[in-house]
Amino acid sequence: MNGIPRWVDIALIPLINLALALLVSALVIALIGENPADAMGVMIRGAVGSAYGWGYTLYYATNFIFTGLAVAVAFHARMFNIGGEGQAALGGLGVALVCLAIPWPHWTLALVAASFGAALFGAAWAAVPAWLQATRGSHIVITTIMFNFIASALLVYLLVNVLKVPGSMAPETARFPEGARLPSAYDWGAWMGFGRSAPLNVAFFLALGCCVAVWVLIWKTRLGYEIRAFGQSEPAAKYAGIRPVRTIMIAMLISGGLAGLMAVNAVQGEAERLIIDSVQGAGFVGIAVALMGRSHPLGVLLAAILFGALYQGGAELEFEIPAISREMIVVIQALVILFTGALDNMVRGPVEGMFRRPRKGAA
Amino acid sequence: MTAIDTIAGRPGAAAPGKVPAIELRGISKAFGPVQANKDIAIRVERGTIHGIIGENGAGKSTLMSILYGFYKADAGEILIGGQRTEIPDSQAAIRAGIGMVFQHFKLVENFTVLENVVLGAEDGAMLRPSLAKARKLLVDLAREYELQVDPDAKIEDLGVGMQQRVEILKALYRQADILILDEPTGVLTPSEADHLFRILRGLRDEGKTIVLITHKLREIMDVTDNVSVMRRGEMVATVRTADTSPTDLAELMVGRKVLLRVDKTPAQPGAVVLDVQGLRVTDGKGVERLRGIDFQVRAGEILGIAGVAGNGQSELLEVLGGIREASGAVTLNGQPLDLTGPRADGRARRDAGIAHVPEDRHRLGLILDFTAWENTGFGYQDRAEYGTGALIDQQAMRRDAQGKMQRFDVRPADCWLHAKNFSGGNQQKIVLAREIECDPDLLLVGQPTRGVDIGAIEFIHQRLIEMRDAGKAILLVSVELDEIFALSDRIAVMFDGRIMGERLPEQTDETELGLMMAGMAEGRRT
Repeated sequence: MNGIPRWVDIALIPLINLALALLVSALVIALIGENPADAMGVMIRGAVGSAYGWGYTLYYATNFIFTGLAVAVAFHARMFNIGGEGQAALGGLGVALVCLAIPWPHWTLALVAASFGAALFGAAWAAVPAWLQATRGSHIVITTIMFNFIASALLVYLLVNVLKVPGSMAPETARFPEGARLPSAYDWGAWMGFGRSAPLNVAFFLALGCCVAVWVLIWKTRLGYEIRAFGQSEPAAKYAGIRPVRTIMIAMLISGGLAGLMAVNAVQGEAERLIIDSVQGAGFVGIAVALMGRSHPLGVLLAAILFGALYQGGAELEFEIPAISREMIVVIQALVILFTGALDNMVRGPVEGMFRRPRKGAA
Repeated sequence: MTAIDTIAGRPGAAAPGKVPAIELRGISKAFGPVQANKDIAIRVERGTIHGIIGENGAGKSTLMSILYGFYKADAGEILIGGQRTEIPDSQAAIRAGIGMVFQHFKLVENFTVLENVVLGAEDGAMLRPSLAKARKLLVDLAREYELQVDPDAKIEDLGVGMQQRVEILKALYRQADILILDEPTGVLTPSEADHLFRILRGLRDEGKTIVLITHKLREIMDVTDNVSVMRRGEMVATVRTADTSPTDLAELMVGRKVLLRVDKTPAQPGAVVLDVQGLRVTDGKGVERLRGIDFQVRAGEILGIAGVAGNGQSELLEVLGGIREASGAVTLNGQPLDLTGPRADGRARRDAGIAHVPEDRHRLGLILDFTAWENTGFGYQDRAEYGTGALIDQQAMRRDAQGKMQRFDVRPADCWLHAKNFSGGNQQKIVLAREIECDPDLLLVGQPTRGVDIGAIEFIHQRLIEMRDAGKAILLVSVELDEIFALSDRIAVMFDGRIMGERLPEQTDETELGLMMAGMAEGRRT
């Protein structure tokens, strides 16, 4: 990393950004007449102060790991996939179809099959924008965001007209059968204090596995090498005989597949049925997570846990201090995104300078 | 009022003769750990052409950027016409009477010459009076300095030589007293360069001060009055040009004795390796870039392609390297190569035995944000020596990189360093190491020493000759005639997408090649 230690790049700088974001958030809270220290205390306790809090924090984090990895993989090919929302929604459809189609004898089989379904549907939803970008030059940002709306409308149609349980008023599928339900944190982690209500489930481990898999893919395989080369310089990739269409397609299919996998956590693990808007903005949070994590799986993991904590802590804060409204929570989350993503270079320059100078003598 | 009256009327322009036009004292500038300028002191006398010469990365461009307000010096002061001057931005530089002609022109392609000259220096909200004034000035300048250019021509329709004149006119329109030119002849034919030098001499004789940044010793000797030599961020000498010689200057630049010529034995050409017949390329705009090219390259010889940049040489390399599609017939060792379709890509060309050192190593040859070891395998990542299966054997790739970097004397020999952190010469050595050591039958080389320091040029030329002597076919494209003469066994000249003719280096000279490069059909027969 150009003379600066790697931990500075992936840990110190994000932490400084985060501290700045929280500082500004504290000012905002003080402005509306609440005590920032109290509010922060509630948020932190609510998110990570108990097994109950962790049960939610890590559940949200699981969603963000999938969508964050999705954005990160596409980033390495310099594709800005902001269609995670739609790809995850379609992934939910894949999960629901797999879980409802077959009476699964055991959750392990159901997990494997549903993962395939989720990844396949997510990848398929990314394939069209990817193809348009690769062959026609239609900008992927525009097409993926349009596909989010199409996905949303498609799911409403399917849930209202096709998949709804006859006689029910709710636009949702039937609950998945017993054999397709994933063990929750209570089932395998009760000894750690997780309660029955914790939405955390085994999909968390799938997410961790995906982090490792993405790391191997990007930094150890030929494919990852080609994706990174293509992302750094398309003309150079062409010079090296790396095919642009193939690389774009593969990177985007993997990206869409990862976004789709989010449904294993949200739909199969938590809701155990497909409901309208199962993604709840996680596709967009994934962009912030990938930015903050600098498209590195470890960074994505840490950033996802941070955003999970923000979500859970924010919910607690809203509940505990009524003067801090839902909108105020969104402001705090937005500040974190602003400082870690958009204003990153503000901190990066000076900090990198500080770490370069002492190394000069050694070099 | 003529152009010159306007400028001579500027305050400070009539200062006494011995006050230097530019004086820099103790200028230092660091970028992170790199000390680009160290305590630079220089005096540029009024009414002289002052050359600044130095290897790439010696700090010439940084120094000029400080003078033009692009960078702020960490320490030191600037005196213009004897007065301490702060130059925080280019506007301040223009006010101080400094004009700059960049290597890459800063012109608006679809504006006319007149509009470009006026751009940013309009007198008021209405354009018409400025344009009328500029038109008159342009006519005057054209008469005085041979700076003829059609004021109503669009930039995109002009050749590079003309575009450069527009840049000079822009500076003069802004009443520049001091004109800085950064590598101005890189894109010119020899005769265009001569014309430029006539213009510069004319400007000097009118009392202007010219600073010429270049790495070409010949230009320095031809046109400058004084010359300053920079090495590794320091100003090592300032001498009168008449009192020095190219050898002395080269030694000052590099810090040791250098060979300005390569020793080589006569070529022993073998069988035809590359046979190109009727090659045609049409670009995305429908312009025909190659209009029927025929030539052959034999084993054990170097065919040099001379020509001014932009006459189809880049397209030729791209077609042969599998980056661009074309029509025609190309065979390698008798086997036809696909010129369109999926087998017309870089991978297929490498498999066929063609290695390619591209003209633009930053854009094509390297991934600047990759480490050196990732770059030494770039394009060959599928080869079995880097492991089989989906995973890359990174240890093998690094071992391989270490070996290549050692054999090609890449400094620093640290394979974990990112490509962008190497100097131009060392970056080029990385590319050359990769493309030469894959043991190809045919090596395509574009501008092998562009932006490369003198010490490395010597090394690179020797490697290419060694490769030739090992019986490989080499196609060399270069805009540097010196390089073409130094390396080629045969020389072909390209102009406007055609090959104007072939010559043997010992039977031709720069004048003849210069004429052919300018499109004079057969040149002068020797």
